[in-house]
Order: sequence, then structure tokens, then C-alpha cells
Amino acid sequence: MGIGNTTQATRREFLAATAGAGALLMVRPAQATPASMATAIRQVVGEAHVKPGKIKLDLPPLVENGNTVAMSVAVDSPMTAKDYVKAIHVFTEKNPQPNVISIQLGPRAGKAEISTRVRLADTQQVVAICELSDGSFWSDKVDVIITLGACLEDLP
Amino acid sequence: MAARTLINVPQKARRGEIIQIKTLISHIMETGFRHDNVGKPIPRDIITSFVCTYNGEEIFKAALYQAIAANPFITFHTVATGSGTIAFQWTGDNGFTQEASAKITVE
Repeated sequence: MGIGNTTQATRREFLAATAGAGALLMVRPAQATPASMATAIRQVVGEAHVKPGKIKLDLPPLVENGNTVAMSVAVDSPMTAKDYVKAIHVFTEKNPQPNVISIQLGPRAGKAEISTRVRLADTQQVVAICELSDGSFWSDKVDVIITLGACLEDLP
Repeated sequence: MAARTLINVPQKARRGEIIQIKTLISHIMETGFRHDNVGKPIPRDIITSFVCTYNGEEIFKAALYQAIAANPFITFHTVATGSGTIAFQWTGDNGFTQEASAKITVE
């Protein structure tokens, strides 16, 4: 009984401590995006200004296994012939390669909502950018904590 | 090498209805960043492109990268405009191509 209580207490302490650490990571101020991701984003958007909003990137905040992470992206758009989502791009900060997926859509989609499964190498920020038919770009960012990264044991 | 595919398209839909399409294909999606047990790099082998056509008209296209998990699973939506065939094509490294299709009845 006594022993059980001690382990429980330590586990509770441990959980509290890790939760605290996680919270700290989550609220860290927006940092400069690593150069490779910034370059990849530039290649897609060109000189255009990317505004936050309209797009919603959905990823679990805490991931146990980075090899398959369910990801969904939805864009708030009527998807009519005049106002639709042209493309959705997803980028990561710390994967060895910044691109994740680039999707081209049209008014035929009816609903700009996609989902897939991605690999994440490390605790990092994931960015989704959409291009609307009027040429504007919108983005959303999500911080993800990974406990076991995708197999990249011999990174250069 | 033929890969197994799993396609989920509703068999029937009302005209103008937004339907969800789910696709899954068996593929290793080897990133090219890993090494084997003697330290030799394992060459990249991924699916690079996925295209969906509805009665011959392209409705969805995706460029995939190494960050897509093995056995790529993609879901998206389309408007049911008419009866016919929804076809899917995956292409990738080392001349990989795979096709699949599904029939849909729109009333």
C-alpha cells in the first residue's frame, strides 16, 4: 500500500513536471522559421504576403510516434467558380526536407478539406498555407510535440 | 510491382452532393534518409504524385514528399456531378505507377 502510494505520487509528480514542460514548449514565442522551411515557402508563395487565418491545420498536439501522424487541413471557402481554393501546401520546420504535401484543388472539390498521414522527425512547428483563387495566401501554424520521431537515425 | 489499393467512394449520390473520397495505397515510402545495417544509404523510393480524375476531368492533384507516411492515405472531397468513373493514379520513383477506379451513380 505504502509502496503503491509512493509510486503513484512520483508518477503524478513526473506527469505534472512533463506537462509543465510541454506547456512551456507550447507557449514559446513565435520563433524565426528555419531557413530551409522559409525557402520552401518562398518558392511557393513568391513575393506574396501570407496572412494568418482562413485555413485550419489539425494535428494532435502530443504525438507518441512520429512515423504516422494523422493530419487534416480545412479551408474556409465557399468553393464556387469565382471564389475557391487553388492549392494547399504543408511544410515542416525540422524534418530533413521541408515539404510535406502540395495539393491542387478547384471549384469541383466542393469542400476544401483534406486529410492524410505524415511523418514528423522531431518536436516542431508545422505550417499549412493555402492559395485562394484571388491570389491571396493564408496560413496556419501548429506546434507538435513528438516523443518518438520518424526513423531518421543517421541524419547528416 | 503492383501495389494494393483501397478506394472508398460512395456508390450512389445525389446530383450536386459533396462526397468524400478516401484512398489508400500500399507503398513503403522510403525516405532516402535512412541507412541499412552496414551503413549504406537506402535509396529514396516514394510516391511523388497522386491524381484523381472524374469522368476524365482532373479534380484533385497532390505532390507527395518524404514526409508522407508509409502507405499513403489521402482523403478529399468532390461534387457529384454525374454518373461515371472516378479514376486514381499514383506515380513515383523507379517508374512506379498504379491505377485504380471506382464507379459512381448520380441521380
